[in-house]
Amino acid sequence: MTLSSMKPGESATIISIQTDEALHQRLLAMGFRVGKHIELIRKARFSGPLQVRIGTTDILLRRVEAEKITVQT
Amino acid sequence: MKRIALLGMPNTGKSTLFNRLTGATSRVGNWPGITVELLSGKILLGNEMVEIIDLPGIYDMHGFSEDEQVVRHFLHDNVPDLALIVLNATQIERQLSLLLQLKQFNLNMIVLLNMADEARKLGITIDTEKMSAALGMPIFLLSAKYGNGYPETLLATTKALRYSTPGMPETVRSQLEQDEYIEREMALILKQTVQIPARLPDNLTSRLDQLMLHPWLGLPIFFGIMYLLFQAIFLFGQPLQGGVNELFGWLREIAIAPALGSLPDLLQGLLLDGVYNGIATVASFLPLIVFFFLFMAIVEDTGYLSRAAFLMDALMAKMGLDGRSFVMLLMGFGCNVPALMGTRVMRSRPLRLLSMLVIPFSLCSARLQVFVFISAALFSPKAAPLVLFSLYLFSFASAILTALLFKRYYPNSEPFVLELPPYRFPTLRQMLMRGWHEVYQFVHRASKFIVAGVVLVWLLTNLPPSAAPAGADTWAGILGAWLHPLFAPIGITPDLTIALIFGFVAKEIVIGSLAVIYGMSGQALSGALALQLDWVQAYSFMLFTLIYTPCLTTIATMRKESNSIGFMWFSIAWSLALAWLSSLLFYQSARALGY
Repeated sequence: MTLSSMKPGESATIISIQTDEALHQRLLAMGFRVGKHIELIRKARFSGPLQVRIGTTDILLRRVEAEKITVQT
Repeated sequence: MKRIALLGMPNTGKSTLFNRLTGATSRVGNWPGITVELLSGKILLGNEMVEIIDLPGIYDMHGFSEDEQVVRHFLHDNVPDLALIVLNATQIERQLSLLLQLKQFNLNMIVLLNMADEARKLGITIDTEKMSAALGMPIFLLSAKYGNGYPETLLATTKALRYSTPGMPETVRSQLEQDEYIEREMALILKQTVQIPARLPDNLTSRLDQLMLHPWLGLPIFFGIMYLLFQAIFLFGQPLQGGVNELFGWLREIAIAPALGSLPDLLQGLLLDGVYNGIATVASFLPLIVFFFLFMAIVEDTGYLSRAAFLMDALMAKMGLDGRSFVMLLMGFGCNVPALMGTRVMRSRPLRLLSMLVIPFSLCSARLQVFVFISAALFSPKAAPLVLFSLYLFSFASAILTALLFKRYYPNSEPFVLELPPYRFPTLRQMLMRGWHEVYQFVHRASKFIVAGVVLVWLLTNLPPSAAPAGADTWAGILGAWLHPLFAPIGITPDLTIALIFGFVAKEIVIGSLAVIYGMSGQALSGALALQLDWVQAYSFMLFTLIYTPCLTTIATMRKESNSIGFMWFSIAWSLALAWLSSLLFYQSARALGY
């Protein structure tokens, strides 16, 4: 499933990241790597961004971008 | 002089370290190979002067963002003698990748693991000796905010400067192999040297976020905080602004005017009402800017700005903006100038430009003065508050319309992937530094332009010498008459056109200029306006005043912040066009309805 379909409080492992290169670079730098553990903290109202946690870093990203990341619980 | 570059990811406390190193001596300047200005400062280290340059925070040496390009070009054209790499110790597992990329440049460098105090609280332990051996470079734990580890850092920096950078290999972009290599090396080093507790303690940040980012309470809390900030800036800033104005008026009375008394009238007017008033205009903005950025430092450094982005993003994304633009737009209702300067937190240039295009439509406190005066003169006490409220609605509508119309010309070049830092409270020193830097930059960048503009408007409204000041025979009056065919359809008389020309300098002086034009002030002026204009004309005038260019200081700030004269002209032209069209639509429909 995709990162955007996770529910708050759930955690999963990143399976793949399918984005253009610029976004991919940024995600890599933020700690998104295949095999990493990721936790969905909360989702903003009105289809707003997601807050996720990877290791010790909390990150905000929009749902469109989260749809490009597949995870496995 | 030897050069030291500060390098690191955003949110690592790099600027805090820079401020601690350079104090208030830093200056903005240009560098070969790049188009943006960078902060740098000269300090005495050991027994020689060295220059320290604060490079923009970057995530990745191979990245595509503007900041990442700036850093690459800077390093390419200005190889530093030493690079201080600042990493956030609490995020070492992720930030090590930047360090390993930098390592391949073969730069002379020292690694500073900043925020050591926070890492300790989180239970993260880092064996710097082992890490130093594994990486083959000096590594220090530091807390730039409180100064722990700072003396050791200075000592090591002085020592490292003795061996300059040997030079950089130019071909550093065979990315794929590097990234794989970096990942393997990262894992190895982390395993040997860093211990992170399996589950982070349920800390203050998480608990605070449960309230601040609450699904229902989050937005009301956000608007509450914004309202308080706004009130605080004006509670403290406005009396000071008044004080500065009085100080300049007093100086003018007792010293400047008598000193210039022997000069011919025209020259006296030029120096007093042109140059001196220009300088007073610049000075009157300083208290507002200081207070704005004192509070901005709190909002930004505590990490709340990212939370605001989280809360407002859903709405703002539709307009091609993000939550941070919204904070600046709201702040613009106080004063547009610091709000424009505040857009610097957005690192994507198109996003910044679009925000800067939108902010001047915020109904600032200077415009409010004009509207309060005119609506009191022409509307009943019952109708006046509604008139003011409707102008606020027009202000928002103009901003939203502009964003929607132009968002496709300013496509956001940066993915919206933001770090959500833990809540931290900035030290007083950090806040004061911020206020000082912004004031310095404002004076440095905008003052000449503002003084020149005030002088120009003075010339327009006072020349030729035979004409009465601000009268129909002055150049401004002639321009007003010449523009009449354009302003007649929106109900604005030639007298009011002259007031609008004054309004280019600052909205604060619009009422004052009307007083000069009609030769009366206060109650008498209200009466004269009520005789000369009907309410439709007055509302049309207010609508135009709301939407067209707020003031010269805004223009000057826009030019320097966007670094583009073309963009400045575009913003002026668009606001004039929108002001004219809105007034036309209003005036003609009101007349057609028989008012």
